[in-house]
Parts: sequence; C-alpha cells; structure tokens
Amino acid sequence: MIAQALIARLGFALAVVLIVAVSIGPLGYALVTSLETGSALVSPGVWPEAPTLANYTAVFAEQPFARNILNSVLVAGGVVALSLSLAVTAAFALARVAFRGRGLLLGTILCVAMFPQVAVLSGMFLLIRSLGLYNSLAGLGLSYLMLTLPFTVWMLTTFLRQIPKELEEAAIMDGAGPLTVIGRVFLPLLWPALVSTGLLAFIVAWNEFLFALTFTLTAETRTVPVAIALISGASAFELPWGRIMAASVVVTLPMVALVLVFQRWIVSGLTAGAVKG
Amino acid sequence: MSGRAAGPLARARARAAWGLIAPMALVLLAVAAWPLGRTVWLGFTDASLAGGGDAAFVGWENYYAVFDGQAFGVLADPQWWRAVANTLVFTAASVSLETVLGVLVALVLHRRFPGRAWVRAAVLVPWAIPTVVSAKMWAWMLNDQVGVVNAALLGLGLIDAPLAWTADPLLSMIAVIGVDVWKTTPFMALLVLAALEMLPRDIYEAARVDGIHPVRVFFRVTLPLIAPALVVAVVFRTLDALRVFDLVYVLTANSPATMTMSVYARRELIDFQAAGTGSAAATLVVFIIALIAAMILTAARLRGREGAV
Repeated sequence: MIAQALIARLGFALAVVLIVAVSIGPLGYALVTSLETGSALVSPGVWPEAPTLANYTAVFAEQPFARNILNSVLVAGGVVALSLSLAVTAAFALARVAFRGRGLLLGTILCVAMFPQVAVLSGMFLLIRSLGLYNSLAGLGLSYLMLTLPFTVWMLTTFLRQIPKELEEAAIMDGAGPLTVIGRVFLPLLWPALVSTGLLAFIVAWNEFLFALTFTLTAETRTVPVAIALISGASAFELPWGRIMAASVVVTLPMVALVLVFQRWIVSGLTAGAVKG
Repeated sequence: MSGRAAGPLARARARAAWGLIAPMALVLLAVAAWPLGRTVWLGFTDASLAGGGDAAFVGWENYYAVFDGQAFGVLADPQWWRAVANTLVFTAASVSLETVLGVLVALVLHRRFPGRAWVRAAVLVPWAIPTVVSAKMWAWMLNDQVGVVNAALLGLGLIDAPLAWTADPLLSMIAVIGVDVWKTTPFMALLVLAALEMLPRDIYEAARVDGIHPVRVFFRVTLPLIAPALVVAVVFRTLDALRVFDLVYVLTANSPATMTMSVYARRELIDFQAAGTGSAAATLVVFIIALIAAMILTAARLRGREGAV
C-alpha cells in the first residue's frame, strides 16, 4: 500500500518535471546557443565552454536591430492605445444598452476576430498603398487594427457586463450623460480589464508576421519578427544560428517577463474572452 | 430591463449607444470590411498588385476556366488541393493533440503541490514566445546536421542516421504539427484549468469516499462538467489553426509538403504577383473556414438539443 502511494507520488513528480522541462527547455537551449560562436556552436555539449556575447553585438551591428525593436514597440504601443480608446466606448454601449441589432453587431465583431488574415491581404495592400502608407509604420499600424480592435471590443464587453447595473443607474439618476458614466463610473472599475486586454493586444501586435512581412520593404521599417525571420548568412545554407538565437533571446525575454509578471491578469483575460464568450 | 423597450429615455439611450459605437464601427468597416470586399472583387479580375487600378472583370476565370481543353484557375491547381489537405491534416492533428495534452497538463496543475505557482508560470512560457521565434528555435534544434534533437535520438540509439526534419515531406509535417502543439498547449491547459477550478471540490470528496477509480471519476464527472469550456476552446483553436501562416512559412518556407491555404494564397499574391488568383484563393480560404465553423456550430447545437431531451 505504502509502496503504491510512493510510486504514484514519484510518477506525479516525474510528470511535473517533464512538463517544466518541455516548456522552458527550448528557450534555455536558445540562450545557450546564443552564447556560443564558431565550432562551439556545433559541438554536442549543452553547456557553453567559452561563453561570449559576440552574437549579441553582431545582431545590433550588422543590421538595424535596435531600430526594429523600436518599430515593434511603436507600432504595438500605438495600436493598443488606439484600440483601447475606440473599444472602451463601443464596449460600454454593447454591454450596457439594449438596442436593436446589438446581437448582430456583436456576432459580426466576433466573426472579424476569427477572420483569416490572408483574406484581407490584397485589399489591405491596395488600401495602404492608396493612402501612401506602404512601407511605413503607420500603414502597418492601420492593418493591425483589424487584428486587435474586434477582440478588444469583445473582451471589454465581457468585462463590462459583469459590473452591477445599480452603479450606472445611480449615476444616470443624477443626470450624468453616457461619457460621464464611462469616465467616472466605469473606467475606475475597468482598469484591470484594460491592462489585461491591452497586454493581449500588445502581444498580438508584437508577434504579428504576415502583414509586417507584406507591407514593409526596407530593413529600417521592419518589425522584430520579420527581422528575425530574414536574418541570413553568407549563403542560404549557412544560417548564422548564433545570431538568430541572440536576436530571439533579446525579444523573447521581455515578453516572457511581461507574461509572467502579469500572469494572473492575462489568464483572467483569456478565460473571460473564451469561456464566457 | 423592465420598461426599457419603450419610452423616450430608452430611445435617447439607444441613439447615444450608436454614437458611442460609430467610431469603432467606422474603423472596422475601413480596415476589415472594405479590404475583404476588395479581395473578393479582385478575385474576379485580372488585376496585378504592381500595376494601377486598370483591372478587367474576368468572371470565374481565376477559380476555374478551360482554354484549349486545359483547365486553369485555383480550383484546377493540384497544389491548391494539396494545401487544403495539408491545412486539414495540420488542424485535425494539432488541435486534437493539444486538447488531450492540455487536459492532462491542466489535471496535473489542478493538484496542489509545492512550487505549483512556478510550474504554472513555466507552462506559460511557450505561449509567450513569438511564433516566428519559436519556429526559428525549433528549426535550429531540428537541424539535420547539427540539431540537438537528432543528436539526442542518435545518442539514445533510436535512429541510425540523422533525420531531415524540415526537408522530408512526412517529417516536416510532423515537425510543424509538433511545434504548434508545443506552442498552443499552454492556451488549452490554462482554459481547462480555469474550468476545473470552477468545479465544486465536494463532488471529488464524494467520489473518493465511495472508492471510485480516479480515471472513472474523470470520464464520468469531470469531463462532462468541463465539456462546454472545452468545446469553446476547441472551436477557437480550430479556427485559428485553419488560418496558420507564420509557423509553416518560417519553419519550412514554401515547401509543398507543408504548404497551407494561407501560405498558398500569399505565394500567389506576393511571390507570383498574381492578384487575381491570389485573391480568389484568399476568398476560398474564408469560404472554407466559414463552412467548417458553420458545421461545428450546427453539430454543437444538435448535440445540445440531444442533451436537453
């Protein structure tokens, strides 16, 4: 009986160790690779014999990688700010006011959130070019609104529905207009939702690849994912893996830190968006 | 809700609501509806993205046309059908694998043990890594010459020669599915975990007191209770997997063995500069995804009705 319980506990511990190893192992291996150069890179040993930061300096020296990071921050930050400000008033109306066509509108917004990006690729290309925004961060940001806006509206609507009605009714009784109600009553209650929704939207924009690959042309306007995907070596068959891994680590560690710090909020955002939807 | 439908106050509120929605709706019209409409229209023209707007209407030619006894168009292209098959195989395999693994991981995380918060955080890591980065990371580990995966398999004596993970047709599909499962299992696990945590703990107490085997408890009690959340998660992941692009494009480029519908449409549009056929393919992607979504929803509704009766 005791032996059986011991085996069960050991099996459980093994499962936990396996889950952790599979989850963080690849990132750890990328980190190790990024510290190696030359023949150490291809030697089978896991631990770097002579750790060096050469790959990191090379990434920033041989291409405008700092600029790429700045581009990603600017585009993602701008898109999040714009999406949240457009979404918060719309979500208020969708969550708190009963009007004709509300269900249809919410359904349409959910459909847009599930849209394949490739479906708008050629139309978006023409739109961006006709506005003179091809190969610019503004054009890229415009296209990202299609990705972040529907799901921002959807998530904020879900959050707003959970706030008790009495709060808003009291404010309306006092003669407050809708914008006052949003600003004075809801925003103070809503900021955790704004943080988790904003973070998820930021991650979507930060990771986006298809639009960024298609709507930018020069190295200076590329965002981080495109820059990493297009790092190449002397020939197509000799990819500079050390540099690619260094670039990957540089952009991934802040993301991982962000996600871990805001873990609880992101999980609550994901479950609010999916389970209750 | 009482008395809201009528009365001048309710009408004023409804008008104010449309005012609040208008900015968001206008932006969505501009960045989603308009480009989609243009894409569908371009699919019926001989446009090229490089040229101006002088595109001529060609009807269904981009979809299917016969000239001199030879069939042209997306629907006559074997590569398109290969891409459709690849996408369906990829979606079915990765969504079912990550559902099973996600439930297993969630069950482990649902137990209370020391360091649980840390393990939970570690599980989130693959989800936090940008797709392009995880594709590159795995491309490096799966490298046929110097990759750590081949080295490990050789060391364990499981294979005699290095495997070409990203070049061999069958292996590259397995690699793409594997990396996707690695990346998206955390999402599934977290959603299932959230559903598990809403379940009352006393049912488990009752089952344990009655001496019912845990596996039986899982299939008879837990699974039916988390089923609604699981269905929503599976639908989300399915629709997401059907439009996959980044992972496949970065891991195996335009290889026909793993090319998905999105990769095919982009190749036509950008690499081949064929805006007409590319837009036709993109329209078909929307059509196929909408069809599958409708099928899933109908099935869910029918199941729900059966359950109610």
